[in-house]
This record gives sequence, C-alpha cells and structure tokens, in this order.
Amino acid sequence: MAATSTRPQRGKRSNLGPILVNGSLLLLVLIWLLPTFALLVSSFRTRFDIQTTGWWAIVPHREWLIVNEIEPDPNWDRDGVMSIEGAQGTFEELRNGITLDNGTRVLWIGNKRIGKVVVQEYKWTTNFKFTLDNYGQVLGGKTFEIRQPDGSVRTEQADNFLGAFLNSLTVTIPSTLIPILIAAFAAYGFAWMRFPGRRVFFVIVVALLVVPLQIALVPILQDYVKLQLNGTFLGIWLAHTGFGLPLATYLLFNYIRGLPRDILESAFIDGASHFTIFIRLILPLSVPALASFAIFQFLWTWNDYLVALIFIGAKPDVQVLTMRLAEMVGSRGNDWHLLTAGAFVSMILPLVVFFSLQRFFVRGLLAGSVKG
Amino acid sequence: MQRSTEEFQKSTSPVEWLSVNAVRLLTAIAIPLVTFLGLYWGFFFLRDSSAPKEIIALIAIVWGVGGVAALYLVANALTEQMGDAWRSRIQPFIFVGPAVAILIWYLALPSLRTFWISLYDRSGADFVGLSNYSAVFTTRNMFTAFRNNLLWILFGASTSVIFGLLVAVLADRSRFERVAKSVIFMPMAISMVGAGVIWNMMYEVNPDIGLLNAIYTGLTGNAPVAWKAAAQIAPWNNLFLIAVMVWLQSGFAMVLFSAAIKGIPSEILEAGRVDGATEIQVFFRIMLPYIMGTIITVSTTITIFSLKIFDVVQVMTGGQFDTQVIATQFYREYFTNQNAGFGSAIAIILLITVVPVMIYNLRQLNDQEAF
Repeated sequence: MAATSTRPQRGKRSNLGPILVNGSLLLLVLIWLLPTFALLVSSFRTRFDIQTTGWWAIVPHREWLIVNEIEPDPNWDRDGVMSIEGAQGTFEELRNGITLDNGTRVLWIGNKRIGKVVVQEYKWTTNFKFTLDNYGQVLGGKTFEIRQPDGSVRTEQADNFLGAFLNSLTVTIPSTLIPILIAAFAAYGFAWMRFPGRRVFFVIVVALLVVPLQIALVPILQDYVKLQLNGTFLGIWLAHTGFGLPLATYLLFNYIRGLPRDILESAFIDGASHFTIFIRLILPLSVPALASFAIFQFLWTWNDYLVALIFIGAKPDVQVLTMRLAEMVGSRGNDWHLLTAGAFVSMILPLVVFFSLQRFFVRGLLAGSVKG
Repeated sequence: MQRSTEEFQKSTSPVEWLSVNAVRLLTAIAIPLVTFLGLYWGFFFLRDSSAPKEIIALIAIVWGVGGVAALYLVANALTEQMGDAWRSRIQPFIFVGPAVAILIWYLALPSLRTFWISLYDRSGADFVGLSNYSAVFTTRNMFTAFRNNLLWILFGASTSVIFGLLVAVLADRSRFERVAKSVIFMPMAISMVGAGVIWNMMYEVNPDIGLLNAIYTGLTGNAPVAWKAAAQIAPWNNLFLIAVMVWLQSGFAMVLFSAAIKGIPSEILEAGRVDGATEIQVFFRIMLPYIMGTIITVSTTITIFSLKIFDVVQVMTGGQFDTQVIATQFYREYFTNQNAGFGSAIAIILLITVVPVMIYNLRQLNDQEAF
C-alpha cells in the first residue's frame, strides 16, 4: 500500500463525482468498522448496562429518565382510580405510563402489591459509564472481586485469559520462527545447490501448497498419541511448522532465487562455505521476505483454532486464547461483558502487529499466497 | 577443510594422525550427544514442570527456537569435518532434508494414511471398502453440508470478490485511500473465533444487545429473530454466517485487486477516455479484462478458503440449525462420534476438491525455467 501512495491519483477527470466515491467508501468503511467498534465499546460497559441498554446508548439520545421514586402508599385504591403526583388513572393506565402536560411521565413498575412508582422526564442523555472490571475478571487467575455500586464486594470466578495469553505466545513464537528457519535453509538449498532429487522434492512442496490440513489431523494425532506429543508445546510447534512449510518454502525460494548470483559466486571464490554464505549473506538479504512470511505465519498461528483444538485438546494449562474464547462462547454465551472483553484480549496483539507491519503483510500476500 | 587435508598429507606419523582424528571423532560424537541430551531433557522439563507459567513460556521459546538452530549448527559442523566430496554430497540434504522430511511426515504421508483409514470401519478393525464414501454421499447430514458449502462458495466467495473489487476501485479514486483500505483489511488480523464473537453480538436475539434485532424490531415491530439459528428460514440462515466470511475476506481480495489496478498502464485508461468511453465502460472494457488473471487467482483462493471453513461455523452455531459444512462434519464424525473411517472419508473428499488447483500449480512449475 505504501509503495503506491506516491503515484499521482488517477480519475481526476472521472464522471463519478468525488462525493459519490468518497460517500460510498465512507459507508463501506463504517459498515466494516461497526461490529468491531460495538465489541470494543461493550467490553468497557458494566454487566448491568449491557443487559439493559444497547451499546449504541453511548450516542447522545433522548430517553425517559427517572427523576423521582415513590413507595406506593398501602392505602391507595389499587382497583379504582388513583391520584399520584398529579397523574390520575387506574392501575392499568399507570402501568402503561401517564404523560402529564409538563412533559413528565408517571409510571408504575412491578405488580399491584409490590412495586414502585417513578416519575420520569424525557431528556437528552448518554450512557457513558465505563469500567475495566470486565478485563480484570477475564484476565484474572482464579477469582476476581467486583466492587458493587452499594459498596459491597462480590467474588466471581475469573477466566484466566492471562494464562491463555502466555500459552498463545509460547505456541506462536516458535511456530513462527521454526518454519522460517527450516524453510529458509530449504529455499537456499533448492535455489543454489544441485543434488539428486531436487526436482522431485520441489514438486512435493508445490503440490502440498493447497492441501487442506484436515487431511493430516487423523494420522498425525495417532502418531502423537504414540509419541506422547499430544498436548505438548513441541507437538503443536511441529504441527504448525508442517502446515506452514509449503508456503514458507515456496515464498522464500522465489525470493532467494531472485537474489543476484554474482554475490554468491564472489563469496565462493573467497572460500566461504554454503553455511557461511547462508548465515552471513542470504539471511540478511532476505529480511523483507522473511518478515512478510513471519507476519503471515504469526497471524495464522495466533488466530488458529482447529490445530490447537485437535493437538492441545482439553488440557486446560496449555490452552491458547482462541480455545479459551470458544469455550467461553459455549459455557457463558450470554455473559456479554466477559465475551467482549475476552474477544478483545485475543485480538489486541494481532491488531498491533497488523497495523505496525501492514506493509510487509501486504507484500507477503502479493507474493502469492494459497495456504492449505 | 582444505587445511586439514594438507595437514594429513604432511603428517607422516600414524600416532599423530590417530591423535588428531581421535579428538575430531570425539567432538563429532560428544557435541551432538550433548545437544540431543539437552533437547531431550528440555522436552520433559517443559511437559512435566510446575514452574510459574512465565518461566515455562520463556524456556519453551528459547528451547524450541534455539534447539532447531542448534541442530542445524551441529549437522553443519559434522559435515565440515568430512572430506570435500562427501561434504558436497551430504550438505544439500542438511539444507533441504528437514523441510522435506517434515512435509512428508505432516502432509504427504497423511494423505495416503487418511485414505487407508477411510477404507476401514469406525474403529479401524474391519476393512469395509468404499462403503464410507457411499455413506458420505447418501447421509442427509452430509447432503446438507455439501449444499451449505455450495452456498458459501456461491454467495461468500463471489460477494468477497465483488466487495474487494468495489473498494479497490473506489479507493483508487479517493484521497482517503490508505485509511479506507486499512479499515477494510483489518478483519484479516482477527481470528475467526473472535469474528464469531463479534458477529454473535450483532445477531443476538435480545434487541438490547444485538444491533440487527434492535433495527428489525424498531422498524417492523415484530418479535426479534434468531437470524443465524433460525432453522425456519433454512438454508438462508447460512447467509448470516457467510456474511462473517465476507467481512473477513474482502480485505484480502481488495489488496490483490488494488495492486493489479495500479499495475494497469495509465496510457491505456487515458486512451479509452480520450476516445469517449464512460467510466463504466472503462471499468468493464479495459480494467476488468486487464486484471482478469488476478480475479481468477483471488476467486480460487477464496473458494478454497470457503471449502475449508470451520471456525466460524463451529463457534457461531456448532453446525446446528442446518448450518453444518464439510469441515464441521469431519470434526463431528471423527472427534465427537469417534467414527475414524467416516471422518477420514470426508477429509479425502475435501482433498479431492482441491486437486484441480494442485494440478494447475504443478503445471505452472513446469513452465518455470528453474526446474
């Protein structure tokens, strides 16, 4: 994206007015942003607010606000006409609310016996109470204390997203670096070495580019059970390495092959070995390609759910964020104050990586990406 | 290496020769041994240790990444000890070998093994021939899954491509190109599980939480609808899940189209405009044909993506309410119903659907001069 920004803008003389272009673009951008924005806003709202008002209540709007509360007098004639705060009506009428001339409304909340009467005014308002409690509860280890509005303290089961966050890091960093290292060696070998079987091996790499990883899950799980690799970090690193290698090798091969040949030849004449050339020359020169793939693989492994689900399974102390979140959708699907905060915790790191390194990511995409 | 052969030729004493090589031999055995022992110990420490999580995480990362690097270093050190002829014979396999071995273990062999398993019954005890495949094509559940995957491709892939193209064309003419493209691209960074939660909230039945139902009940006065879980509108409730993929994948399409559009020489577009073509004509007669190659690539990639869709469905409906797809049926048959044969047959079907793309890729490879 950045590479093209210096180009002069085209279409200055187009018939499509700039207003139409920018207007429809703005509409699309808003539609695209809206769901994530809703999630972010909701994650900071209290449980009570989420259950009673939509997240859009943060936008200034007019709504009936309570200005006065009255305990019903036991002597009132509940089956006849009552006169409360200047409003006259039967119980049914009061239940629906009686609007007075001065704009206030009298409303009976609850049933005839136990209930209360409120006086409301239709006023401009905005629901702008935000809290960090949701995040505290989601991230916390065992239990989490919430201070109630009345000052008391309620203890709730916490969701240990912090532990899952660490697990995600432990899974993701090696799952990104190991395939890059292995693929870079292989790409160099394919690009600059001659050996029997070179063509056959590379055909395997290309053929496996689009193979769906579902094909591997059943046999690999059988192997893992035998090798006791199930639920270990090593097991999931290797799985991610295996599934990421075809694309990594293919992308890096295309890049390394394109490096100028004379650099290598002069290094050879100076007596450098393949290994030295690879470490000293090729790796530093390939940083753009390595970075592109690294971001790719990082986002892919961080956001992966299926591979983790199969190879980590039910081991709670190794669970990654996506598993934790999916489990919460199943078990606490209506606790939106927790789901939203949890979802945002799982999104924050990839979003930061994405926005800071977007340039490399786009380059990786353009280099041809069909992943199995 | 050069030096050491000279040394060998110079030294005449067998004792000297032996001592030099004994040290060499010892290091050749000792270094790999220490490396392997260290890695072996690390594995069990990580698996069984009850140390604090932060420490485990740190050690695991260093052990994993460092271990792989160490293996390459040791293997290389060993080949450097060999004679020139052997070294040039073995070294390529040290570079390429690990990648090829992992690929064969994790992807190539499993394809065959999965096919083998698919010929057996649920427990793997009895050979049943192709009857798992006939079951795949006759079960009602599977029929629904195939139909739904077709809907994903028909509506999901096409809509993603159209939106991607639309944004790419619009952004190309706008001053806010960078911002707009970043926003549309952003969902690419979000996991499908996260996206599932985001859209679950949009579709929530409670109109105080779900925006869609707030708008729907506000406008029509009807009772709120469960959208994605509304079996009474099946199969169209699938469209609500498909919308999530469109949201995720349009950015991918946009990036590739955007680059392709920038690649059209401006002279061609100008020539068209000078000849009196309208913008619509320029788009359909010049731009579209010019980027047709990219459109085919993007469509293929997104089609494969929608064939394999799993997370979105699994998280949002669990495959209930007639929303199951091939990949969720695979998971259900193999892991929930413990039917290895049936599950493997589904995986093989999934593999067969991508074979045309595989053949195309291999053809492309044949055309490259490097091989």
